[in-house]
Amino acid sequence: MDFNFTEEQTMLRDMLSRYLADTYTFDARQKVVHGGKGWNPAVWQAFAEELGVLGAPFAEAHGGLGGGAIENMVVMEEMGRAIVLEPYLSTVVIGGGALKHVGGAIADAVIPGIIAGTTRIAFAAYEPQGRFYLNDLTTTLKGGLLNGHKAVVEGAAHATHLLVTARTGGAQRDAGGVALLLIPADAKGITRRDYLTVHGASASEVYFENVAVGAEHVLNAEALPLIEAVVDEATAAVCAEACGVLKVLHATTLDYAKQRKQFGKAIGDFQVIQHRLVDMFMEVEQAVSMTMMATLKLDTAERSAAVSMAKAKVGKAAKFVGQNAVQVHGGIGITQELAVGHYFKRATLIENLFGSVDFHLSRYEGIALAA
Amino acid sequence: MDLNFSAEDNAFRDEVRAFIRDHYPAYLNEKIHEGEEMAKEDFLAWHKVLHQKGWIVPAWPTEYGGTGWTATQRYIWSEETAAADTVRLMPFGLSMVGPVIYTFGTPEQKAKFLPRILSGEDWWCQGYSEPGAGSDLASLRTRAERFTGDDGKEYYRVNGQKTWTTMAQHADWGFFLVRTDPTAKIQEGISFLLIDMKTPGITVRPIITLGGEHEVNEVWLEDVIVPVENRVFHENKGWTCAKFLLAHERTGIAGVAASKRNVERIKDVARKTEDGGEALMANPFFKRKVAELEVDLAALEYTELRTLAGESSGKGPGPESSLLKIKGTEIQQRLTELALEAAGTYGAPYFRSMGEGDNSFAVGPDSARRTAPVYFNMRKTSIYGGSNEIQRNIIAKMVLGL
Repeated sequence: MDFNFTEEQTMLRDMLSRYLADTYTFDARQKVVHGGKGWNPAVWQAFAEELGVLGAPFAEAHGGLGGGAIENMVVMEEMGRAIVLEPYLSTVVIGGGALKHVGGAIADAVIPGIIAGTTRIAFAAYEPQGRFYLNDLTTTLKGGLLNGHKAVVEGAAHATHLLVTARTGGAQRDAGGVALLLIPADAKGITRRDYLTVHGASASEVYFENVAVGAEHVLNAEALPLIEAVVDEATAAVCAEACGVLKVLHATTLDYAKQRKQFGKAIGDFQVIQHRLVDMFMEVEQAVSMTMMATLKLDTAERSAAVSMAKAKVGKAAKFVGQNAVQVHGGIGITQELAVGHYFKRATLIENLFGSVDFHLSRYEGIALAA
Repeated sequence: MDLNFSAEDNAFRDEVRAFIRDHYPAYLNEKIHEGEEMAKEDFLAWHKVLHQKGWIVPAWPTEYGGTGWTATQRYIWSEETAAADTVRLMPFGLSMVGPVIYTFGTPEQKAKFLPRILSGEDWWCQGYSEPGAGSDLASLRTRAERFTGDDGKEYYRVNGQKTWTTMAQHADWGFFLVRTDPTAKIQEGISFLLIDMKTPGITVRPIITLGGEHEVNEVWLEDVIVPVENRVFHENKGWTCAKFLLAHERTGIAGVAASKRNVERIKDVARKTEDGGEALMANPFFKRKVAELEVDLAALEYTELRTLAGESSGKGPGPESSLLKIKGTEIQQRLTELALEAAGTYGAPYFRSMGEGDNSFAVGPDSARRTAPVYFNMRKTSIYGGSNEIQRNIIAKMVLGL
């Protein structure tokens, strides 16, 4: 048993952390948010060229750093610490993750572009009626033509490729008959409605109307197990992002409680505030533990159960720590001026990302508590 | 002890319901739903209808414009307005400074201000909190120095900064807590001033909150001259008015009727939202949360009714109202959590970023559209009006004697 990071992993963390602290300041981020595009291409270019971070989980043969899920965890936690808007999750963790599972010529062809920053992938899986269920699909691929509507696709507006789930057979919620496709984002028949999410990233409604899809675009024809594996990996990565967000929320709140004086003393001198900060601290520590546990079990038979346990725990922590960070800050915590409110927004969106607490508790029950 | 409504009560309910149906300006809800900016006239549209009818301040004594309704009738009124989803009336005049003026004001102050509060002619704002005086309100530092003017009359010169001043951007008048005796013990050197917001030296600056709203402001006062006759109650006794007002504010803050309406709305949404092939309302986890909310809301409702009954039998709102504030705001916040949860994936899009001025550009179901901004916004409720931590201190000290 070993919970230590390797020297390379620590270097990766330090390098990214330094870069983000220097260039991805709160003010710089707010400028991007107000710019309305939901990302900064220069940052993405720096991730690829200056830091090489987009190659973190890929094999050296593809030009990557030779890492895997732990490297994704390291990177995503730092992304959370700076509430980064750019699409590491959808491009590297999800798009790259799917390609690593599929392997072969298509992986060889696409992964180098991801590492170079020129290929960006958006994950078009969830649908308006489907809530958090990956199998609940009305998008169809029939006779080589793709038709349907995907909901809240993050990063679609600046993606070069879309990773799409579509039904080739079976009923709306069947496990069989689901294909995973990688298609060019500008293919004929694709339209988008772009908007920002409440935390300032870009997302789109994506519509397919008779989009021609050749066999070369089909990553896997019976893909639900693969899709679930990729989304479990993404969920573990989002748990790591949450750890970064929550650590900053706790540290900022602790600092504020030491500075802010009311009734002639720091509010952190009051026991009710002390206990609140202790409860927040315990939530953060457990979130970190569960994230490591789930990340280390991604390649085992316990993967799904472990990820759902982690996401349920992290989702609760995100709510508790986020709400109490705002509460201890008082009015200033709900203004746009301070960073704390923006971390709270991201923590809130993470609660429902890839499934709510209830969704993951139910999934865990289904896997582990069968009567 | 009797929970039933009398025949008179039922007749009253019919009358109220018919009045709301026939006279409520329904366009307001359309505007709110679309996320449009509410203009000052919009906030006042329902106010004016009620003023004309004579129903604008049911809880005030009849001599000042109250309706003389029983506690039961007032309860029916709040239920019916919530059921019809009428817009919230601005409380600053009607339930904050108004009661202070009729309780502590001079005959001249009553004659000057009360009719204009009732008519909506004056929009009021509250100058209480300061950057350094939040939960510890009594530590406020805005200074009012008394002097005799060239005209031989007495004035205060006010300097300082207030914050979280809700809707000050529309205000004609503000009621301010200011320090008139810096040498006294902190609660004993405070006075309660009514200040014309058009007085030179007042600057109002917006504070934008997490959902993108402009509700609150900073108010700067630089050498603002205020006639002494605009002070309510004795010099240095303003804390008495402040405490009275806060206790009044707390009872209104429970928001039982509005929360009931919101529970119904969430149930309605959950019946229409798909969750793995079934209605979300059939999801046992979600249903249990709704059930728990309904139980807690009933507990709040009957606690408020007991408090109201106590008030109409002569006891004013006391420290018990802190219970209503804590539980009421916790329920309001849980309702926004549940609404956001029901929205699922569609809680993420930010409705104000969907195309400039194009309100028809809806993403996802209408019910999901503003769930995240509303959730963020409602975090304020456990902070304002005395944070819920402070309310617990009040109960510990004043009710439990700890």
